[in-house]
Amino acid sequence: MNAPTPAAGLAASAPPAAAPDAVLEGAGLGFGYGVGDAVFRDVSLKVERREIVCLLGASGCGKSTLLRVLAGLESADAGAVRFLGQPLTSPHPRSALVFQQASLLPWLTVERNAAFGLDFTHQPRIAEAVRRARVASALAAVGLAGREKAWPAELSGGMAQRVALARALAREPELLFADEPFSALDAITRAEMQSLLVELVHRWHAAVLLVTHDIDEAILVADRILLMGGRPGGILAEWTVDIERPRSAAPEAVARLRLEILEALRRSSLR
Amino acid sequence: MDRLRSLLLPLSGLAAAALLWAAGTAWLAGVSPIAAAFSPLAALRAFEPLFGDSYIWTHIGVSLKRVAVGLAAALAVGVPLGILTGVSRRFASATGTLFQFLRMVSPLSWMPLAVMALGVGDAPVFFLLAFAALWPILLNTAAGVAQLDRNWLTLARSLSATRRETVLRVIVPGITAHILTGARLAIGIIWIILVPAEMLGVSAGLGYFILDTRDRLAYAELMAAILLIGFLGFLIDYGARRLHDRWLHQA
Repeated sequence: MNAPTPAAGLAASAPPAAAPDAVLEGAGLGFGYGVGDAVFRDVSLKVERREIVCLLGASGCGKSTLLRVLAGLESADAGAVRFLGQPLTSPHPRSALVFQQASLLPWLTVERNAAFGLDFTHQPRIAEAVRRARVASALAAVGLAGREKAWPAELSGGMAQRVALARALAREPELLFADEPFSALDAITRAEMQSLLVELVHRWHAAVLLVTHDIDEAILVADRILLMGGRPGGILAEWTVDIERPRSAAPEAVARLRLEILEALRRSSLR
Repeated sequence: MDRLRSLLLPLSGLAAAALLWAAGTAWLAGVSPIAAAFSPLAALRAFEPLFGDSYIWTHIGVSLKRVAVGLAAALAVGVPLGILTGVSRRFASATGTLFQFLRMVSPLSWMPLAVMALGVGDAPVFFLLAFAALWPILLNTAAGVAQLDRNWLTLARSLSATRRETVLRVIVPGITAHILTGARLAIGIIWIILVPAEMLGVSAGLGYFILDTRDRLAYAELMAAILLIGFLGFLIDYGARRLHDRWLHQA
């Protein structure tokens, strides 16, 4: 269980489990209700420090379930998850979560939403002043300075998602889990939020595991793309994206990679 | 201008009712002279000694205290039961039929039983009011739990929230709007049940006062008491509605 099982089609040069550079490591993960209809099987993956990894796949391929397992919200039926080298059994205090919906708490102001959870029993103890400072800088970073006292009902979808992002950043996570965080937004807002995400996780020195069905989003955001598909689900292919940022400035390289991914998707659906 | 109109129409409705009332009692007074005491003017005149003697305040105070105790008891029992119903499918299906059954028994039916079990005095009234108010609170709380955003619970779990933190920081505030809706309905019911509930075994309160005026043949005071009950009920409901809106304003 401790040694990562190499998955087919993956560069399996994984160092031993205590590797200091891997924030997150899943080895031989399987999840399913019966033997016949497993959601995914034998999935191994790694997220390095400060790395943005996109888990790309069609709807229903099991990528959201995989994210829940990796985040410690569900336990795997097979394999093991390690977070900063330690076996993960429940959500780690150094990880944070962003969903498709902002899911702000409507009875709290923007400021209190961003601070939500920082004072929970199982979170690291921080002084009140530190907490305030963290929330203020997270809100300023997402462009919401001055809106601290606003209520969630007064915010647009994009604004609400900014608060959700601030809520995650305020915890100064080592790793940010994001499940289709921008797919409910309109195209223009989505593009803004994608570049904001990249900028902020770089500034916060956080790694990201982003689940998405949007190829363009994966190419614009990711350092590495994992294509998920098949039944039961598995990781079919992997790309390291070394196009210089901002990637919108390199349309040809983006288009080339896009074709490559589409081709891989087509092959996987033919199988 | 709109504000004026929105005030004018309800007022004209009230005025029309008062006119009908006056006409009815005037006509009845022709048949039986005692009916004159029931007229609107007599009722208005009765207000002065009512408040002048200040004993009506005692009755109002006693009644309001009973409303508060009944509501508090109903909340104390109804909210946890509602949460349990919303959270546990097993509990919901085990108790659903029972609750629907109990809900359909008029609370006043329990009055003889309540007096026997709890004795004469405030206790049976508290019980009846709480019992009547329990159901809207319970059902609305359960509905609130069912409508909670699942992502809030996931968020709480991702923060390794303890059970206590999940309940106090997410579930309870998340269902407060529903609880307030339930409480508002409950207040309406309590206010309606209050008067008959105060007609047995107590010596103060608005319900007692109604019977008292009847026994003293003080019919003008009786009508004044009816007006007062309606007015106070209106105020309480208005307050509850404002509170509800205020919370939802944020939501």
